[in-house]
Amino acid sequence: MPSLKDLKNRIASVKSTRKITKAMQMVAAAKLRRAQDAAEQARPYTDRFNAVMAGLAASVGGSDSAPRLLSGTGSDKVHLLVVMTAERGLCGGFNSSIVKLARARAAELIAAGKTVKILTVGKKGREQLRRDWASHFVAHVDHSAVRKLGYTNAQDIARDLLGRFDAGEFDVATIFFSRFQSVIAQTPTAQQIIPAKFEEAETGAATLYDYEPSEEAILADLLPRGVATQIFAALLENAASEQGARMSAMDNATRNAGDMIDRLTIEFNRSRQAVITNELIEIISGAEAL
Amino acid sequence: MADTLQFDLVSPERKLASVEAREVQIPGADGDMTAMADHAPMITTLRPGVLRVTHGGGSDDYVVSGGFAEVTAGGVSVLAEQALPRAEVTQAIYDEMLAAARAAQSSAASDAADAAAKTVADMVTVGEQLGLAAR
Repeated sequence: MPSLKDLKNRIASVKSTRKITKAMQMVAAAKLRRAQDAAEQARPYTDRFNAVMAGLAASVGGSDSAPRLLSGTGSDKVHLLVVMTAERGLCGGFNSSIVKLARARAAELIAAGKTVKILTVGKKGREQLRRDWASHFVAHVDHSAVRKLGYTNAQDIARDLLGRFDAGEFDVATIFFSRFQSVIAQTPTAQQIIPAKFEEAETGAATLYDYEPSEEAILADLLPRGVATQIFAALLENAASEQGARMSAMDNATRNAGDMIDRLTIEFNRSRQAVITNELIEIISGAEAL
Repeated sequence: MADTLQFDLVSPERKLASVEAREVQIPGADGDMTAMADHAPMITTLRPGVLRVTHGGGSDDYVVSGGFAEVTAGGVSVLAEQALPRAEVTQAIYDEMLAAARAAQSSAASDAADAAAKTVADMVTVGEQLGLAAR
Protein backbone atom coordinates (compact mmCIF):
# COMPACT_ATOMS: atom_id res chain seq x y z
CA MET A 1 0.00 0.00 0.00
CA PRO A 2 1.59 3.24 -1.09
CA SER A 3 1.87 5.93 1.52
CA LEU A 4 -0.10 9.17 1.38
CA LYS A 5 2.98 11.07 0.28
CA ASP A 6 3.66 8.63 -2.56
CA LEU A 7 0.12 8.99 -3.81
CA LYS A 8 0.32 12.76 -3.66
CA ASN A 9 3.51 12.71 -5.72
CA ARG A 10 2.00 10.41 -8.31
CA ILE A 11 -1.03 12.62 -8.70
CA ALA A 12 1.19 15.64 -9.17
CA SER A 13 3.29 13.90 -11.80
CA VAL A 14 0.29 12.63 -13.76
CA LYS A 15 -1.17 16.11 -13.63
CA SER A 16 1.92 17.61 -15.20
CA THR A 17 1.92 14.87 -17.85
CA ARG A 18 -1.64 15.78 -18.66
CA LYS A 19 -0.65 19.39 -19.05
CA ILE A 20 2.04 18.43 -21.55
CA THR A 21 -0.18 16.15 -23.62
CA LYS A 22 -2.89 18.77 -23.62
CA ALA A 23 -0.45 21.37 -24.90
CA MET A 24 0.85 18.98 -27.57
CA GLN A 25 -2.68 18.31 -28.68
CA MET A 26 -3.38 21.99 -29.11
CA VAL A 27 -0.14 22.58 -30.98
CA ALA A 28 -0.95 19.64 -33.26
CA ALA A 29 -4.41 21.08 -33.90
CA ALA A 30 -2.93 24.40 -34.98
CA LYS A 31 -0.33 22.72 -37.15
CA LEU A 32 -2.97 20.45 -38.64
CA ARG A 33 -4.97 23.43 -39.78
CA ARG A 34 -1.89 24.85 -41.47
CA ALA A 35 -0.99 21.53 -43.06
CA GLN A 36 -4.52 21.11 -44.35
CA ASP A 37 -4.43 24.60 -45.80
CA ALA A 38 -1.20 23.82 -47.60
CA ALA A 39 -2.65 20.58 -48.96
CA GLU A 40 -5.74 22.43 -50.11
CA GLN A 41 -3.67 25.08 -51.86
CA ALA A 42 -1.71 22.47 -53.72
CA ARG A 43 -4.71 20.50 -54.87
CA PRO A 44 -5.73 22.57 -57.93
CA TYR A 45 -2.22 22.25 -59.35
CA THR A 46 -1.96 18.52 -58.76
CA ASP A 47 -5.43 17.77 -60.08
CA ARG A 48 -5.04 19.80 -63.23
CA PHE A 49 -1.55 18.50 -63.80
CA ASN A 50 -2.64 14.89 -63.52
CA ALA A 51 -5.62 15.45 -65.79
CA VAL A 52 -3.45 16.88 -68.55
CA MET A 53 -0.80 14.21 -68.08
CA ALA A 54 -3.39 11.45 -68.22
CA GLY A 55 -4.62 12.81 -71.54
CA LEU A 56 -1.11 13.08 -72.90
CA ALA A 57 -0.06 9.70 -71.63
CA ALA A 58 -3.11 8.06 -73.16
CA SER A 59 -2.32 9.47 -76.61
CA VAL A 60 1.44 8.89 -76.58
CA GLY A 61 1.69 5.97 -74.18
CA GLY A 62 1.12 3.23 -76.72
CA SER A 63 3.83 4.29 -79.13
CA ASP A 64 7.41 3.04 -79.05
CA SER A 65 8.79 6.52 -78.68
CA ALA A 66 7.18 6.98 -75.27
CA PRO A 67 9.69 8.24 -72.70
CA ARG A 68 11.15 5.71 -70.29
CA LEU A 69 9.59 7.47 -67.33
CA LEU A 70 6.22 6.49 -68.76
CA SER A 71 6.88 3.13 -70.38
CA GLY A 72 9.40 1.88 -67.84
CA THR A 73 12.75 0.25 -68.46
CA GLY A 74 11.17 -2.90 -69.78
CA SER A 75 11.92 -4.92 -66.68
CA ASP A 76 10.74 -4.81 -63.08
CA LYS A 77 13.69 -6.43 -61.39
CA VAL A 78 14.77 -3.69 -59.03
CA HIS A 79 12.21 -1.92 -56.91
CA LEU A 80 12.85 1.27 -55.01
CA LEU A 81 10.59 1.88 -52.06
CA VAL A 82 10.42 5.46 -50.92
CA VAL A 83 9.16 5.37 -47.36
CA MET A 84 7.92 8.73 -46.13
CA THR A 85 7.40 9.09 -42.41
CA ALA A 86 7.56 11.78 -39.77
CA GLU A 87 10.61 13.24 -38.09
CA ARG A 88 9.02 12.96 -34.66
CA GLY A 89 7.20 10.34 -32.70
CA LEU A 90 4.30 10.60 -30.27
CA CYS A 91 1.78 10.46 -33.07
CA GLY A 92 0.03 7.16 -32.43
CA GLY A 93 0.35 4.52 -35.09
CA PHE A 94 1.19 6.98 -37.85
CA ASN A 95 4.79 5.94 -38.51
CA SER A 96 4.28 2.28 -37.71
CA SER A 97 1.40 1.85 -40.12
CA ILE A 98 3.39 3.29 -43.03
CA VAL A 99 6.40 1.18 -42.14
CA LYS A 100 4.21 -1.90 -41.80
CA LEU A 101 2.84 -1.43 -45.29
CA ALA A 102 6.31 -0.89 -46.73
CA ARG A 103 7.66 -3.91 -44.89
CA ALA A 104 4.89 -6.13 -46.20
CA ARG A 105 5.52 -4.93 -49.74
CA ALA A 106 9.28 -5.44 -49.43
CA ALA A 107 8.83 -8.98 -48.14
CA GLU A 108 6.42 -9.71 -50.97
CA LEU A 109 8.86 -8.42 -53.60
CA ILE A 110 11.75 -10.38 -52.16
CA ALA A 111 9.65 -13.52 -52.12
CA ALA A 112 8.95 -12.90 -55.80
CA GLY A 113 12.69 -12.77 -56.46
CA LYS A 114 13.03 -9.02 -56.97
CA THR A 115 15.70 -6.75 -55.61
CA VAL A 116 14.50 -4.19 -53.11
CA LYS A 117 16.10 -0.85 -52.36
CA ILE A 118 14.78 1.50 -49.75
CA LEU A 119 15.01 5.27 -49.59
CA THR A 120 13.68 6.80 -46.41
CA VAL A 121 12.28 10.25 -45.90
CA GLY A 122 11.89 11.11 -42.25
CA LYS A 123 13.83 9.81 -39.28
CA LYS A 124 11.21 7.65 -37.64
CA GLY A 125 10.70 5.31 -40.57
CA ARG A 126 14.42 4.80 -40.89
CA GLU A 127 14.74 3.89 -37.22
CA GLN A 128 11.97 1.34 -37.48
CA LEU A 129 13.27 -0.23 -40.66
CA ARG A 130 16.90 -0.28 -39.60
CA ARG A 131 16.77 -3.57 -37.73
CA ASP A 132 15.60 -5.81 -40.56
CA TRP A 133 16.17 -3.82 -43.72
CA ALA A 134 19.31 -1.78 -43.13
CA SER A 135 21.14 -3.64 -45.90
CA HIS A 136 18.58 -2.37 -48.42
CA PHE A 137 18.96 1.30 -47.58
CA VAL A 138 20.29 3.46 -50.38
CA ALA A 139 19.70 6.96 -49.10
CA HIS A 140 17.96 9.05 -46.53
CA VAL A 141 16.33 12.45 -46.77
CA ASP A 142 16.25 14.45 -43.58
CA HIS A 143 13.54 17.03 -43.12
CA SER A 144 14.08 17.68 -39.43
CA ALA A 145 15.49 21.13 -40.14
CA VAL A 146 12.63 22.04 -42.48
CA ARG A 147 10.10 24.26 -40.81
CA LYS A 148 7.67 24.59 -43.66
CA LEU A 149 7.55 22.04 -46.43
CA GLY A 150 7.98 23.71 -49.79
CA TYR A 151 7.91 22.54 -53.34
CA THR A 152 11.70 22.72 -53.39
CA ASN A 153 11.86 19.88 -50.83
CA ALA A 154 9.87 17.70 -53.22
CA GLN A 155 12.03 18.82 -56.13
CA ASP A 156 15.16 17.75 -54.30
CA ILE A 157 13.79 14.27 -53.69
CA ALA A 158 12.55 14.05 -57.27
CA ARG A 159 15.93 15.11 -58.65
CA ASP A 160 17.62 12.44 -56.58
CA LEU A 161 15.16 9.79 -57.78
CA LEU A 162 15.45 10.78 -61.42
CA GLY A 163 19.24 10.74 -61.21
CA ARG A 164 19.14 7.21 -59.85
CA PHE A 165 16.61 6.18 -62.48
CA ASP A 166 18.77 7.53 -65.30
CA ALA A 167 21.76 5.73 -63.83
CA GLY A 168 19.78 2.51 -64.02
CA GLU A 169 19.69 1.93 -60.29
CA PHE A 170 16.07 0.81 -60.25
CA ASP A 171 13.17 -0.04 -62.54
CA VAL A 172 10.13 0.76 -60.45
CA ALA A 173 9.70 3.35 -57.72
CA THR A 174 6.85 3.34 -55.24
CA ILE A 175 6.18 5.93 -52.58
CA PHE A 176 4.69 5.05 -49.22
CA PHE A 177 2.83 7.72 -47.32
CA SER A 178 -0.33 8.25 -45.35
CA ARG A 179 -3.38 9.74 -46.99
CA PHE A 180 -5.26 12.16 -44.79
CA GLN A 181 -8.93 11.35 -44.46
CA SER A 182 -9.87 12.85 -41.14
CA VAL A 183 -8.34 13.53 -37.78
CA ILE A 184 -9.07 9.96 -36.71
CA ALA A 185 -8.49 8.20 -40.02
CA GLN A 186 -5.29 8.17 -42.05
CA THR A 187 -4.75 5.48 -44.63
CA PRO A 188 -1.24 4.28 -45.37
CA THR A 189 -0.94 4.25 -49.15
CA ALA A 190 1.49 2.90 -51.71
CA GLN A 191 1.67 4.74 -55.00
CA GLN A 192 3.82 3.88 -57.99
CA ILE A 193 5.46 6.98 -59.42
CA ILE A 194 8.06 5.58 -61.82
CA PRO A 195 7.06 4.46 -64.41
CA ALA A 196 4.31 7.01 -64.12
CA LYS A 197 0.79 5.77 -63.82
CA PHE A 198 -2.18 8.02 -64.34
CA GLU A 199 -5.73 7.25 -63.56
CA GLU A 200 -7.69 7.17 -66.76
CA ALA A 201 -9.35 10.52 -67.14
CA GLU A 202 -12.99 10.29 -67.92
CA THR A 203 -12.88 10.58 -71.66
CA GLY A 204 -15.86 11.23 -73.85
CA ALA A 205 -15.80 15.01 -73.84
CA ALA A 206 -12.04 15.02 -74.40
CA THR A 207 -10.89 18.15 -76.17
CA LEU A 208 -8.50 17.80 -79.04
CA TYR A 209 -5.56 20.00 -78.21
CA ASP A 210 -2.89 21.50 -80.38
CA TYR A 211 0.46 20.78 -78.84
CA GLU A 212 3.40 23.09 -78.86
CA PRO A 213 6.21 22.06 -79.34
CA SER A 214 4.94 18.45 -79.77
CA GLU A 215 3.17 15.86 -77.69
CA GLU A 216 6.38 13.93 -77.14
CA ALA A 217 8.40 17.01 -76.23
CA ILE A 218 5.77 18.19 -73.77
CA LEU A 219 5.56 14.77 -72.21
CA ALA A 220 9.34 14.56 -71.90
CA ASP A 221 9.36 17.97 -70.24
CA LEU A 222 6.47 17.33 -67.92
CA LEU A 223 7.11 13.76 -66.73
CA PRO A 224 10.04 14.70 -64.46
CA ARG A 225 7.95 17.56 -63.08
CA GLY A 226 5.15 15.06 -62.53
CA VAL A 227 7.39 13.06 -60.22
CA ALA A 228 8.06 16.16 -58.14
CA THR A 229 4.38 17.05 -58.13
CA GLN A 230 3.36 13.64 -56.85
CA ILE A 231 6.04 13.63 -54.19
CA PHE A 232 4.98 17.11 -53.11
CA ALA A 233 1.35 16.02 -52.85
CA ALA A 234 2.41 12.97 -50.83
CA LEU A 235 4.58 15.08 -48.50
CA LEU A 236 1.68 17.42 -47.82
CA GLU A 237 -0.77 14.58 -47.23
CA ASN A 238 1.76 13.04 -44.90
CA ALA A 239 2.24 16.25 -42.95
CA ALA A 240 -1.50 16.62 -42.45
CA SER A 241 -1.85 12.97 -41.47
CA GLU A 242 0.98 13.23 -38.98
CA GLN A 243 -0.58 16.17 -37.19
CA GLY A 244 -4.01 14.51 -37.28
CA ALA A 245 -2.60 11.31 -35.80
CA ARG A 246 -0.70 13.26 -33.16
CA MET A 247 -3.77 15.23 -32.26
CA SER A 248 -5.91 12.16 -31.66
CA ALA A 249 -3.09 10.33 -29.88
CA MET A 250 -2.56 13.26 -27.54
CA ASP A 251 -6.30 13.62 -27.02
CA ASN A 252 -6.38 10.00 -25.88
CA ALA A 253 -3.38 10.50 -23.65
CA THR A 254 -4.97 13.54 -22.04
CA ARG A 255 -8.16 11.63 -21.38
CA ASN A 256 -6.23 8.66 -19.93
CA ALA A 257 -4.29 10.96 -17.65
CA GLY A 258 -7.57 12.46 -16.44
CA ASP A 259 -8.94 9.00 -15.64
CA MET A 260 -5.77 8.10 -13.84
CA ILE A 261 -5.91 11.26 -11.73
CA ASP A 262 -9.51 10.45 -10.75
CA ARG A 263 -8.53 6.94 -9.73
CA LEU A 264 -5.52 8.07 -7.77
CA THR A 265 -7.51 10.79 -6.04
CA ILE A 266 -10.08 8.25 -4.85
CA GLU A 267 -7.32 6.00 -3.58
CA PHE A 268 -5.67 8.95 -1.86
CA ASN A 269 -8.89 9.94 -0.10
CA ARG A 270 -9.57 6.38 1.01
CA SER A 271 -6.12 5.97 2.51
CA ARG A 272 -6.36 9.32 4.23
CA GLN A 273 -9.71 8.26 5.70
CA ALA A 274 -8.16 4.97 6.81
CA VAL A 275 -5.35 6.81 8.56
CA ILE A 276 -7.80 9.08 10.40
CA THR A 277 -9.96 6.12 11.44
CA ASN A 278 -6.90 4.32 12.69
CA GLU A 279 -5.84 7.27 14.79
CA LEU A 280 -9.32 7.60 16.27
CA ILE A 281 -9.41 3.94 17.18
CA GLU A 282 -6.07 4.28 18.90
CA ILE A 283 -7.17 7.31 20.90
CA ILE A 284 -10.50 5.75 21.89
CA SER A 285 -9.03 2.42 22.89
CA GLY A 286 -6.31 4.27 24.78
CA ALA A 287 -8.95 6.26 26.69
CA GLU A 288 -10.93 3.11 27.47
CA ALA A 289 -7.91 1.36 28.88
CA LEU A 290 -7.51 4.03 31.52
CA MET B 1 -19.50 35.85 -78.53
CA ALA B 2 -17.92 36.05 -75.15
CA ASP B 3 -15.06 38.49 -75.04
CA THR B 4 -13.51 37.37 -71.78
CA LEU B 5 -11.89 34.15 -70.72
CA GLN B 6 -11.30 32.58 -67.34
CA PHE B 7 -7.65 32.85 -66.37
CA ASP B 8 -6.13 30.68 -63.64
CA LEU B 9 -2.53 30.76 -62.54
CA VAL B 10 -1.51 28.07 -60.08
CA SER B 11 1.81 27.00 -58.67
CA PRO B 12 2.30 23.87 -56.56
CA GLU B 13 2.18 25.90 -53.39
CA ARG B 14 -0.69 28.25 -54.04
CA LYS B 15 -3.21 29.67 -56.43
CA LEU B 16 -1.94 33.05 -57.58
CA ALA B 17 -4.71 34.35 -59.75
CA SER B 18 -8.17 33.53 -60.96
CA VAL B 19 -9.73 36.34 -62.95
CA GLU B 20 -11.88 37.10 -65.95
CA ALA B 21 -9.32 38.26 -68.46
CA ARG B 22 -9.51 39.84 -71.86
CA GLU B 23 -6.22 38.50 -73.09
CA VAL B 24 -3.31 36.50 -71.70
CA GLN B 25 0.18 36.74 -73.05
CA ILE B 26 1.98 33.46 -72.44
CA PRO B 27 5.73 32.87 -72.69
CA GLY B 28 5.50 29.58 -74.56
CA ALA B 29 8.49 27.33 -75.14
CA ASP B 30 8.46 28.17 -78.85
CA GLY B 31 7.73 31.86 -78.44
CA ASP B 32 5.25 34.22 -76.87
CA MET B 33 1.62 33.81 -77.70
CA THR B 34 -1.48 35.72 -76.78
CA ALA B 35 -4.66 33.86 -75.98
CA MET B 36 -8.03 35.55 -76.24
CA ALA B 37 -11.53 34.14 -75.92
CA ASP B 38 -12.39 31.27 -78.28
CA HIS B 39 -8.78 30.39 -78.90
CA ALA B 40 -8.25 26.94 -80.40
CA PRO B 41 -7.57 24.45 -77.59
CA MET B 42 -3.88 23.91 -77.11
CA ILE B 43 -1.24 22.93 -74.59
CA THR B 44 2.19 24.47 -74.56
CA THR B 45 5.13 24.21 -72.23
CA LEU B 46 6.51 27.39 -70.71
CA ARG B 47 9.91 28.95 -70.84
CA PRO B 48 11.00 31.28 -68.04
CA GLY B 49 9.37 34.57 -68.87
CA VAL B 50 6.86 37.24 -68.04
CA LEU B 51 3.19 36.41 -68.32
CA ARG B 52 0.82 39.34 -68.82
CA VAL B 53 -2.87 39.22 -68.09
CA THR B 54 -5.06 42.01 -69.39
CA HIS B 55 -8.45 42.35 -67.75
CA GLY B 56 -11.10 44.98 -67.13
CA GLY B 57 -9.11 46.72 -64.42
CA GLY B 58 -5.78 46.90 -66.22
CA SER B 59 -3.07 44.30 -66.50
CA ASP B 60 -1.01 42.14 -64.18
CA ASP B 61 2.43 40.70 -64.79
CA TYR B 62 3.73 37.45 -63.36
CA VAL B 63 7.14 35.90 -63.62
CA VAL B 64 6.74 32.21 -64.38
CA SER B 65 9.12 29.37 -65.03
CA GLY B 66 8.64 25.71 -65.80
CA GLY B 67 5.32 24.05 -66.35
CA PHE B 68 2.69 24.41 -69.01
CA ALA B 69 -0.36 26.36 -70.11
CA GLU B 70 -3.62 24.84 -71.16
CA VAL B 71 -5.71 26.99 -73.46
CA THR B 72 -9.34 26.19 -74.18
CA ALA B 73 -12.09 28.23 -75.78
CA GLY B 74 -13.36 29.42 -72.41
CA GLY B 75 -10.19 29.87 -70.43
CA VAL B 76 -6.49 29.63 -69.84
CA SER B 77 -4.91 27.69 -66.99
CA VAL B 78 -1.26 28.13 -66.38
CA LEU B 79 0.48 25.59 -64.18
CA ALA B 80 3.87 26.98 -63.40
CA GLU B 81 6.44 25.33 -61.19
CA GLN B 82 7.51 28.73 -60.03
CA ALA B 83 5.30 31.78 -60.29
CA LEU B 84 5.48 35.15 -58.60
CA PRO B 85 3.71 38.45 -59.12
CA ARG B 86 6.15 40.80 -60.80
CA ALA B 87 6.22 43.13 -57.83
CA GLU B 88 7.44 40.34 -55.56
CA VAL B 89 10.44 39.53 -57.71
CA THR B 90 13.27 41.38 -56.07
CA GLN B 91 16.88 41.37 -57.10
CA ALA B 92 17.60 38.77 -54.41
CA ILE B 93 14.92 36.39 -55.66
CA TYR B 94 15.98 36.92 -59.24
CA ASP B 95 19.60 36.19 -58.35
CA GLU B 96 18.50 32.96 -56.75
CA MET B 97 16.48 31.89 -59.78
CA LEU B 98 19.34 32.70 -62.11
CA ALA B 99 21.80 30.86 -59.91
CA ALA B 100 19.54 27.80 -59.92
CA ALA B 101 19.33 27.89 -63.71
CA ARG B 102 23.11 28.19 -63.99
CA ALA B 103 23.63 25.35 -61.53
CA ALA B 104 21.30 23.20 -63.61
CA GLN B 105 23.28 24.12 -66.71
CA SER B 106 26.62 23.18 -65.24
CA SER B 107 25.32 19.81 -64.06
CA ALA B 108 23.26 19.05 -67.17
CA ALA B 109 24.08 15.98 -69.22
CA SER B 110 25.34 16.62 -72.75
CA ASP B 111 21.98 15.86 -74.39
CA ALA B 112 20.24 18.37 -72.12
CA ALA B 113 22.93 21.04 -72.33
CA ASP B 114 21.18 23.02 -75.06
CA ALA B 115 17.93 23.13 -73.13
CA ALA B 116 19.73 24.22 -69.97
CA ALA B 117 21.64 26.91 -71.83
CA LYS B 118 18.36 28.17 -73.27
CA THR B 119 16.85 28.31 -69.79
CA VAL B 120 19.73 30.46 -68.59
CA ALA B 121 19.40 32.74 -71.61
CA ASP B 122 15.67 33.03 -70.96
CA MET B 123 16.32 33.93 -67.34
CA VAL B 124 18.73 36.67 -68.44
CA THR B 125 16.07 38.03 -70.80
CA VAL B 126 13.55 38.05 -67.96
CA GLY B 127 16.00 40.11 -65.95
CA GLU B 128 16.29 42.64 -68.76
CA GLN B 129 12.51 42.88 -68.98
CA LEU B 130 12.25 43.47 -65.25
CA GLY B 131 15.15 45.86 -65.14
CA LEU B 132 17.16 43.63 -62.82
CA ALA B 133 20.82 42.94 -63.29
CA ALA B 134 21.96 39.45 -64.23
CA ARG B 135 24.92 38.77 -62.01
